[in-house]
Amino acid sequence: MLDGRGSVKRKLGARLWLSGTWLGIMAVLALFAPLISPHDPLAQDLFAGRLPPFWVAGADPAYLLGTDSLGRDVLTRILHGARIAFSVALVAGLATAFVGSLLGLLAGYMRGWVDVVISRLVEIWMAFPPVLFAILLIAVLGTGLTSIIIAIVVIDWTRFCRVVRAEAMNQSAMDYVSSAIVAGRPRRDILWREILPNVLPTMVALLTLEMGIAVIVEAILSFVNLSISTDAPTWGGMIAEGRTSIHQAWWVLAFPLGVLFLTVLSFSQFGEGLKDRFDPVLR
Amino acid sequence: MKLLRAILVRLMTMSVTLIGAAVVVFFVIRVVPGNPIAMMLPPGATEDDIARLTALYGLDKSIIEQFWIWLSGVVQGDFGTSISLRQPVMPLVLGRLPATLELAIFALVIAVVIGGALALTGVRHRETRTETAVDVANGVGLSIPDFLWALILIVLFGVLMPVFHISGRISPSLDLPFVTQFYVFESVARLRFDLWWDLLKHMFMPALALAIPLAAIISQLLKQSLKETMHLDYVTLARTKGYGENHVILSEALPNAVLPTLTLIGVQFTFLIGGTVIIERLFSYEGLGNMAIDAVINRDLPLIQGIVIVFALLFTLINLAVDMMYALLNPRLRHA
Repeated sequence: MLDGRGSVKRKLGARLWLSGTWLGIMAVLALFAPLISPHDPLAQDLFAGRLPPFWVAGADPAYLLGTDSLGRDVLTRILHGARIAFSVALVAGLATAFVGSLLGLLAGYMRGWVDVVISRLVEIWMAFPPVLFAILLIAVLGTGLTSIIIAIVVIDWTRFCRVVRAEAMNQSAMDYVSSAIVAGRPRRDILWREILPNVLPTMVALLTLEMGIAVIVEAILSFVNLSISTDAPTWGGMIAEGRTSIHQAWWVLAFPLGVLFLTVLSFSQFGEGLKDRFDPVLR
Repeated sequence: MKLLRAILVRLMTMSVTLIGAAVVVFFVIRVVPGNPIAMMLPPGATEDDIARLTALYGLDKSIIEQFWIWLSGVVQGDFGTSISLRQPVMPLVLGRLPATLELAIFALVIAVVIGGALALTGVRHRETRTETAVDVANGVGLSIPDFLWALILIVLFGVLMPVFHISGRISPSLDLPFVTQFYVFESVARLRFDLWWDLLKHMFMPALALAIPLAAIISQLLKQSLKETMHLDYVTLARTKGYGENHVILSEALPNAVLPTLTLIGVQFTFLIGGTVIIERLFSYEGLGNMAIDAVINRDLPLIQGIVIVFALLFTLINLAVDMMYALLNPRLRHA
């Protein structure tokens, strides 16, 4: 039994470590992208178009991961794309967590008509295909980073709301809340000082998952050509461009796709790892 | 009696949800910048022409008035006229819906087969390396959304090992005898297995991309329920009777462990259908989702509304079906 617990713990540890390391490296690279990138992300060189990565014959070692059809350096654009991806993940993730959790807490704790209205809104939101909703919102808001972030918040707040509402309802039924009521503490006080701290771990784990989703949504919108601008180095934009020239230059698609894959996987595994770590049964 | 009342309440909340969805979409898309009428006229059209067409599509009235006109049409099955395609919305949407449904159902079948097989394998070989491998596969499958799986599949099986089609619904060179839009079903009914095979070869990649995350969810939950069931007394009894492990899992544990997974599949199926929007785009598959993206790009307000309402109706109907299935299958609810 002891052995079993130990191996579970080791597995959790490895998961958090691996995903955390990848996210840490990407965050640092994103932060220092302008300093460490070998080229300008927008600089075109039509004579150096579609150069393969360094180990393939015909490569130019100045372009480690090759170039796209306009001769732009793939590595540089991946690094600069990380800046956009991580900004969107951080800002959109936090904003979504804030809006969704607030509504979820209110619905789960206040119950009554507040809960009815919020739950009905969630149900209406769930009736939309999220990608279509996102594209629609970008058409309304116009392209650009702010629009993407707003669109993600508007679409995904329900994810937090549903989980936090259920969790707040669970916590409200616990003895410590009853005793706080008996002790005559005001309702607002109970919500912020008793229930919120106990729901917080769930929110943090969800936030990490949401950051991975935000990266994907940005990529999807760039792919449909609705994200920032066609020139800007986004992973989704690079993937969209790579998709069209996949038979001539696989590296233009494969490298950003690989980085996106590992980043989304890491966000998700980090969130799952945190969830298990916070779980009192496993702990 | 109780059941009847429950169904009535459900139908009420369903219509509230649908009307709510209609209101949200209707008002959101009317804030869209860019005049759809100006986009359909050739450059050099006079102000007069624009005003005349705007009035023809009713876009000169107030938003509340427009909503009322639209809603009274919808109740009679009239969703208006598409601005970019200049045809009634309803036949356009119904013409594309079967393609999307066939893709979604095919994906669901793949997900159930893969997910079920993984779960059973994991339980049959529990506490071994095989179970760990199943867990890792579930973890990765769950973490990566359909959009990325689709791209990975395109690179692997569309380019590096081109075995499947990565574009379209059916080979354009084929002669199509179909009268309905349900190509897969109709090709079987007509015994045209050459067409059927061509359709499946086109559908396999997008369907697999949609299926992988769902397969992982199915596998994870089913495996967990199965493992819990394996500890119950009646399973131990079956074992002491001398039944083999395979028989115990398949005939004794599975029927009792499958209910939570069935409910989950129902809920997740709506997410899968939502995923078809971008997957159809990626694979140039001529379904409803692909049409929806074009409609947004063309600012085709009536068409967007029609498509969104059809999706919303589909989702709420699936949720209703899931609840009813749950009530029928769960003995505790059935006799309540």
